[in-house]
Amino acid sequence: MSALFVKSIKFLIGGAFVVALFLALWTTVAGMINEPAAETAAEEFHLKPEHLALQSDGPFGTFDEQQVQRGFQVYKEVCAACHSLSLVSFRELEGIGYTEAQVKAIATGWTTPQPTFDPKTGDRGERPNTPADRFPHVYYPGQGSPPDLSLIAKAREGGASYIHALLTGYQAQPAELLEKFPDAKTPEGLHYNPYFANLNLAMPAPLTSEGQVQYLDGTRATVDQMSKDVSAFLVWTAEPTLEKRHAVGFATILFLIALLFLTFGAYRSVWAGVKH
Amino acid sequence: MSFPWAKQYAPKHPVMQWIDEKLPLPRFVYNAIGSGYPVPRNLNYFWNFGVLSGVALVCQIVTGVILAMHFHSSAAGAFESVNGTIMRDVNAGWFLRFAHANGASMFFIVVYTHIARGLYYGSYKAPREMVWLLGVVIFLLLMATAFMGYVLPWGQMSFWGAQVITGFFSAIPVVGDWIRIWLLGGYAPDDAALNRFFSLHYLLPFVIAAVVILHIWALHIPGSSNPTGVEVKDEQDTVPFHPYYTAKDGLGLVVFLIVFALLIFFAPDMLGHPDNYIPANPLSTPAHIVPEWYFLPFYAILKSFTFDLILPAKLWGVLAMFGSILLMFFLPWLDKSPVRSGSYRPMYRIFFWIMIVDVFVLGYVGGAEPIARNVILGQIASMYYFAHFLIIVPIVSRLERPKPLPNSITEAVLAKGKSGETAVSA
Repeated sequence: MSALFVKSIKFLIGGAFVVALFLALWTTVAGMINEPAAETAAEEFHLKPEHLALQSDGPFGTFDEQQVQRGFQVYKEVCAACHSLSLVSFRELEGIGYTEAQVKAIATGWTTPQPTFDPKTGDRGERPNTPADRFPHVYYPGQGSPPDLSLIAKAREGGASYIHALLTGYQAQPAELLEKFPDAKTPEGLHYNPYFANLNLAMPAPLTSEGQVQYLDGTRATVDQMSKDVSAFLVWTAEPTLEKRHAVGFATILFLIALLFLTFGAYRSVWAGVKH
Repeated sequence: MSFPWAKQYAPKHPVMQWIDEKLPLPRFVYNAIGSGYPVPRNLNYFWNFGVLSGVALVCQIVTGVILAMHFHSSAAGAFESVNGTIMRDVNAGWFLRFAHANGASMFFIVVYTHIARGLYYGSYKAPREMVWLLGVVIFLLLMATAFMGYVLPWGQMSFWGAQVITGFFSAIPVVGDWIRIWLLGGYAPDDAALNRFFSLHYLLPFVIAAVVILHIWALHIPGSSNPTGVEVKDEQDTVPFHPYYTAKDGLGLVVFLIVFALLIFFAPDMLGHPDNYIPANPLSTPAHIVPEWYFLPFYAILKSFTFDLILPAKLWGVLAMFGSILLMFFLPWLDKSPVRSGSYRPMYRIFFWIMIVDVFVLGYVGGAEPIARNVILGQIASMYYFAHFLIIVPIVSRLERPKPLPNSITEAVLAKGKSGETAVSA
């Protein structure tokens, strides 16, 4: 009896897992038939962002400095009122074409000052930013802090395309949505946007009218243009080393392809005459 | 521990002779991965993946040791040190970080291929059971190391992944919650958990390296298996490891490095999850918590148990998930077929490929949204997984009539040349 048990233990264990799964499968199927999943407004009305083509796309992508600078201007004049950029340093702006003197001017003129603390006296104070500082944290009194934007292009599915779609996607809630899902009315204080996961977000449309930002390079500042530019800027903040990564990668692949020919030749010559 | 015709180490240079007398380390290397190790002449490219796994381990240790110099192991500073200091301020820090994160993926790609090769060619069978058992130990250590490494950047998926995985232990009856709190050093992942994960994440790769040495030691006693599964009979059947397989592995290594470089430089975030670029927030649960891609099949098995059959469903899921790996320890005794290679096992071969497809289905389900269709798919795929190893393989090994085996490796190699086949036997 016990020998038989030992012999068939594998079948017993395997059988137990299979039976447990079979019962689970049974209940899943029964559940699906008895109470089919109800559709939600978010499932039906959520939209996928359209692809936004940027110069930084693809294996040879580089930053369009003019565009990234325009995007920085949008960030500075619109987004920076609420959103921090706390992983980025002012000095890094030299990477998008600003001179050392310009960076210094941008840092010292930045609206939000750097907080200071004197450990001898316990006094808290403020001082102007320097190029060595990271962008100061923005506090949004009473409501916590809106998301930091340093990595936002990597932290959202769709990246720059998502940011662009969200910024240009604000609209009135469609009548058919309210007809079908009367409970899904956008609550007071939130704003309808079909590109946002649950359709309603706290941020009001930040870019609302043409010319909201006066571009220094004379580009027409339409809402779409400003959204594109700030998306390009946020791709840069998420990975300022992107251009370098592409360049090093190109050289590395060339080197490895050359090495591939060499190792293939070595392999052929070593194995010549040996059947395998 | 080797074949009688293995070449003997005979250093010519007086310095090497002097070293060899005092400490026979050069002799040891010569016999392990040099000309002193005779290897079957018919190994195909799937036999590259053992060496590639070793290379992946070394890459991870080298990049990891340097990253650790800049990493700030605290809940307040970890995210900033990875995404701020390392990615922006450290020289080539972005390269080290992407190489380490994608290196983990490359490690799993080559290890999974290595395991699949072992399953197809019956590498786990006598006399190589110990090689297989040590391999399963390495795989378990690798999974633990990878999981703890993913927690370190302290993003949303790091935090919630740690929450879910340590939650497995709370499925243990009676003492489960107590064990979980003890493991985490708190009620939720925080500084204590992060610091011990960092400590273990630094330690375990060296434990893996030690078990890898045992794995290779155990391999060298019977010698490498080969695509025919027929044992080496005489000198004709083998070639010295160096230069033959150093040349062949060298070629495989460059292909590996090309794939690795493409990931690092052109798609560094493809295998990651966007949510891990959001700092950990204990108050905000992500919509879908998913582990890294290489854990998805096991995660699917965990999620498939939704029915309380005597034991709670969660406990079933945890048992099954651990069981799905632990049953690998018993594989040498579950598969009783005397024929090793799947190439000569018509029935086993079919079930092997079903199992491979099954694992991919599980991987898909593990990452997909838990809607009814996916849950059903996962439950069927999990059923097949257990049925395959615990029911089908033992029965097939009794019922199957294998194809006739060649008399020797050399005979198989020469026959292949005659029939005009150039492709390596699959």
